[in-house]
Amino acid sequence: MSLTRQDVEKIARLARLSITDQEMPVYVTSLSSIVDFVDELARVETGNVEPMAHPLDGLHQRMRPDVVSESDHHEKYQSNAPQVQAGLYVVPRVIE
Amino acid sequence: MLHTLSIGELAERLADKRISSVELTRHFLARIERLNPGLNAVITLTAEQALESAAAADRRLAAGERGRLLGIPLIHKDIFCTDGVRTSCGSRMLDNFISPYDATIVTKLKAAGAVMLGKANMDEFAMGSSNETSFYGPVKNPWDTSKVPGGSSGGSAAASAARLAPYTTGTDTGGSIRQPAALTGVTGVKPTYGRVSRYGMIAFASSLDQAGVLARSAADAAAVLQVMAGFDPKDSTSVETPVPDYPALLDAPLKGLKIGLLREFFVGLDSRNAALIQDALAVYTSLGADTLEVSLPHLPLSVPTYYVVAPAECSSNLSRFDGVRYGYRCQSPKDLTDLYERSRGEGFGAEVKRRIMTGTYVLSAGYFDAYYLKAQKARRLITDDFRAAFQKVDLLVGPTTPTPAFAIGAKMDDPVTMYLNDIYTIGANLAGLPGISAPCGFIDGLPMGLQLIGPHFSEAKLLSAAHQFQRATDWHARTPGGYE
Repeated sequence: MSLTRQDVEKIARLARLSITDQEMPVYVTSLSSIVDFVDELARVETGNVEPMAHPLDGLHQRMRPDVVSESDHHEKYQSNAPQVQAGLYVVPRVIE
Repeated sequence: MLHTLSIGELAERLADKRISSVELTRHFLARIERLNPGLNAVITLTAEQALESAAAADRRLAAGERGRLLGIPLIHKDIFCTDGVRTSCGSRMLDNFISPYDATIVTKLKAAGAVMLGKANMDEFAMGSSNETSFYGPVKNPWDTSKVPGGSSGGSAAASAARLAPYTTGTDTGGSIRQPAALTGVTGVKPTYGRVSRYGMIAFASSLDQAGVLARSAADAAAVLQVMAGFDPKDSTSVETPVPDYPALLDAPLKGLKIGLLREFFVGLDSRNAALIQDALAVYTSLGADTLEVSLPHLPLSVPTYYVVAPAECSSNLSRFDGVRYGYRCQSPKDLTDLYERSRGEGFGAEVKRRIMTGTYVLSAGYFDAYYLKAQKARRLITDDFRAAFQKVDLLVGPTTPTPAFAIGAKMDDPVTMYLNDIYTIGANLAGLPGISAPCGFIDGLPMGLQLIGPHFSEAKLLSAAHQFQRATDWHARTPGGYE
């Protein structure tokens, strides 16, 4: 196993994912096998190769005119929210 | 039988009033009602809305308007946002999500008079190669319902193959159009990265995702791509390049076309699969094309490279699902962290969680250089290999998949075995290249695909090469038993 249970618990915490105790061993095994598989990349000579972040080299981010293009749709957008009050999203208390 | 006609034939009949769009729409809705329960390809039916769109298309036709897709039905992959219609992305996370807007391709197809019948099942968040990771259950392959249809556009592929619609839309991040197209015997086109807008297409891996089409022939796909493609200011990676008239270019002569046989694709390839590709090459030779062997030495790195890059991008993209603004929220969270963790833990399925965690791992402190940066470098080596190959040849050819459709459940326990299904398709995504899969024969009664890959923005050439192959063969015209 290239990853321990503690490793996977840490990754899950970083990713904000609750993983149940029953699920955990399955993830330890499968994530280890994925990591072992992608470890193949370590054997590749990549010396001075420039990392490639985007498939179309030379494409630049466009600027658009700084004008309002959207109207206010907050009611429509918030109709999908689990909990809304007075136009605000409601979450558990974060400040005591 | 209306469902046996091509898009061109349907457009002709609509134009000369032999049929109406409402009749056509009713015909396909009835087929979905009758045949979908055995396939699970369609997860949302929008019958009422479809009949309204069809009536509107009939009015435009009556007023003398003509269009290649005007009045012709389709099914959208449920990854495309559709205003006022549930857009689930195959996930419990979005089971209750009613999109407040249309994706650009949905807007474009609507404007062209296309009639949406419903939304197609898919692997959850497009992560899968078998359509088994969907919250709505697996899709069945119309050629053999004990087999998978491929994925992630498995519902789209099965619906096209079973003639539940004249065509369907799909997305392809590592093969998700071409692989299911191959396994269900339809024609699937993954355009160049940037050719079709990604606005309103739920993001999986933003440097790889591209929208495309699954249809019953290259000619039909050309008509659809014509409408879908083009610059969109709402997509920052959309490319401002004119869209050629794909249907008009289908018959461009293939004489002198240089087709490269990808040596790496034939290493360890099943002999029956190799024979189908050789037969296809013989067809191209008879059409006047020249074939030569080319090598892309870094291509075998595609799968490990992809399974670092794609999960990394997915872990970032899917961080937006937080249980606050839309989507699933867990019951009685005790604090905000608990709300995030349980909403995501309960809302996402196993494969999505696995990929988010893989991505989180390869991006985390101490591992970034060894995995993510390394994969980005390998990505360039692979892309450079493609560039060098296209100095010598016009198109590259090989199989779309290593095997025909496999049994439902067969590969669910081992993610790496599942990932290897995409071994032939992933390269094109890493390099942003267009690819097409066209039916080229059968193994054990199941369809197989021929894959053509071209340089950036060579869709016209790919479509014409596939079209002329389809004029010389009839693999694409075969229909699964029970769906004739």
